Amino acid sequence: MVTLLNTVEDKFAREICRDHGDKSDELLEILHAVQHEKGHLSDGALRTIAQALNISRAEIHGVVSFYHDYKREAGAQFTLHICRAEACQAVGADELITEAETLFDVKLDGGGEDVALAAAYCLGNCALGPAVLVNEKLYGRVDKAKIKAIAAQHMAQNS
Amino acid sequence: MSVKIYIPRDSAALSVGAFEVAEGIKAKGGDDVQIIATGSRGMLWLEPLVEVETPEGRVAYGPVQPEDVKSLFDADFLKGGDHKLRQGLTEEIPYFAKQDRLTFARVGVIDRLSLEDYEAHGGLKGLKAALSMTPEKIVEEVLESGLRGRGGAGFPTGIKWKTALAQTSEQKYICANADEGDSGTFADRMLMEGDPFSLIEGMIIGGRAIGAQTGYVYIRSEYPHAIRVMRRAVKAMEDAGWLGQNIGGSDAHFDLHIRVGAGAYICGEESSMLESLEGKRGQVKVKPPIPAISGLFNKPTIVNNVLTLATVPFILSEGAKTYADYGQGRSRGTQPFQLAGDVAQGGLIEMAFGVTIEEIVNEFGGGTRSGRPVKAVQIGGPLGGYLTPEQFSTSLGYESLSEAGGMIGHGGIVVYNDTTSMMKMARYAMEFCELESCGKCTPCRIGSVRGKETLDKIAAGDDVAANLDVLDDLCDLMEEASLCAMGGLTPMPVRTAMKAFPEEFTGPLEKAAE
Ligand SMILES: Cc1cc2nc3c(=O)[nH]c(=O)nc-3n(C[C@H](O)[C@H](O)[C@H](O)COP(=O)(O)O)c2cc1C
Ligand code: SF4
Ligand code: FES
Ligand code: FES
Repeated sequence: MVTLLNTVEDKFAREICRDHGDKSDELLEILHAVQHEKGHLSDGALRTIAQALNISRAEIHGVVSFYHDYKREAGAQFTLHICRAEACQAVGADELITEAETLFDVKLDGGGEDVALAAAYCLGNCALGPAVLVNEKLYGRVDKAKIKAIAAQHMAQNS
Repeated sequence: MSVKIYIPRDSAALSVGAFEVAEGIKAKGGDDVQIIATGSRGMLWLEPLVEVETPEGRVAYGPVQPEDVKSLFDADFLKGGDHKLRQGLTEEIPYFAKQDRLTFARVGVIDRLSLEDYEAHGGLKGLKAALSMTPEKIVEEVLESGLRGRGGAGFPTGIKWKTALAQTSEQKYICANADEGDSGTFADRMLMEGDPFSLIEGMIIGGRAIGAQTGYVYIRSEYPHAIRVMRRAVKAMEDAGWLGQNIGGSDAHFDLHIRVGAGAYICGEESSMLESLEGKRGQVKVKPPIPAISGLFNKPTIVNNVLTLATVPFILSEGAKTYADYGQGRSRGTQPFQLAGDVAQGGLIEMAFGVTIEEIVNEFGGGTRSGRPVKAVQIGGPLGGYLTPEQFSTSLGYESLSEAGGMIGHGGIVVYNDTTSMMKMARYAMEFCELESCGKCTPCRIGSVRGKETLDKIAAGDDVAANLDVLDDLCDLMEEASLCAMGGLTPMPVRTAMKAFPEEFTGPLEKAAE
């Protein structure tokens, strides 16, 4: 039987592990770095990381599934993270979410090809809510018009 | 000579256009202006707030939008000229002038990444003092200041440090908790983005106090900007010899690492955070042992909130007594309150403990932004209680709030207007617990789901009296049998909402009669 055990499946993931000294306590950082580059965490990447850090695949799956940030499947081109925590609710976050769902024709946390909407639970912009985070950029006092403009701007940057 | 212009590069200010404004001023002002990137003064409704240095002091203009730049130049704002956005001297704006800025003394004032500016404003004074003190003396000083943890639990910092110091282990750790998951809070973020060196200085002092030569800052991934600023600040301190071997020419060593969370509220709980720092699932651990005895990699570890650690340099440089002179009862010093939600003047308000809710919400905050009446405030994050305007004379301190049935938590205050459905907020509390439970114990993991369902039944008018009893029992169970405060305190927002607004928990009929 052919065994894949000694061949590196995902060269990029292997490199990242090496950058982190193949240390298992740096697993979260490694996962962040791989996902940042690839958009999600593939089976191959996880197998490579598990092997490099000498941890079991069950363990790595346990970690990946525990944290909300990690994605196992390729998602939309970009994701608008809309805060639905209390301070933003107090200034209309729920209405904004409904409007955004209609605008982009996707559901909150429901995937999408171009644009996806993801719920966020506080983005630290609670005095200027509703708050939205896109590609590491934070927006405040977001309303329907502003979220449309934000999406258009990021869409233009992506293409 | 070019005029100095201070513009925050704080993510809240950037979220409403501070970068575009800075670019606009730079383009138009050319060599006449020198732009300095600061943190935010915390008057967030005035962001982007542009400050111009004049012989009288810094003159503030805000909220400035890119399209205002031309008219600002026309009004000769470089000389402090009059303009509809002119707010006067920054430090005379009542919102700012009335505060007790100790922890946040430099935030919004200095170039956040200039060590020179930091030192010119009192930075490193505390560390220099600490380097000539014994660990015991540092701990004693912190004890005497009365400083308590600002992360939520309010545990006396000096006592925690004393326990860690007493451990004989060669290897110890100090960790800054920058997970700041509580909705309605942003003080850790503002501090890291506006005065990152003060957190680092506090950690070096803490390391020396307990005998730790390695530190970690665990920052939530929702704060990409703070992460970038902290990384640059660590690099700057390393380059200047304040991190690494022989700090400041002394025999002390200290290495600091930045780690990023991955979107899990529970990782703010200290045992969960330590698991996460080891690269594991952030599951809460049973205490004892406490981290000060066995924490990260089973070594003695101190976990403190960002604000707690960033306050330590002040205590060491100005003296424990100076700090302890602020406050009331057993709540010594100051708390950076964070005012948010439907409020006209939201922002960061650092005040001595003892200030009332009324002063914060109505005097500083100026009531709601929508102009509607205030219905309730939630204090202390998603696990904190709802208080009504009838309780606004309550003073803000650990003990006084707990007597009023609430908690101060991390100091967040969220304002809700009269259109808020308290049933919806109660349901959200249960839903949040369901989403963020680490899953280790049943009362939290299952109780939250049952709680949400039960509230739905009550809202639908389904056997209301019986379901209210079910909910009551469930809350008792969660409070008594949860391993940590996630499950243990989720009933607090639910119960305080029900107690203050019982009429909203009687089924659909009353709701329609509103
Ligand atoms: C569910 C939960 C979430 C918490 N989140 C945070 C947090 O985001 N930041 C924080 O500093 N402390 C948080 N804490 C409190 C920590 O467990 C711990 O008490 C604190 O970091 C200790 O530092 P301090 O003594 O300086 O407050 C949380 C606790 C619980 C139970
Ligand atoms: S109360 Fe909830 S979050 Fe805390 S240990 Fe139990 S299951 Fe985990
Ligand atoms: S509650 Fe929305 S940003 Fe904090
Ligand atoms: S202790 Fe394991 S679920 Fe209760």
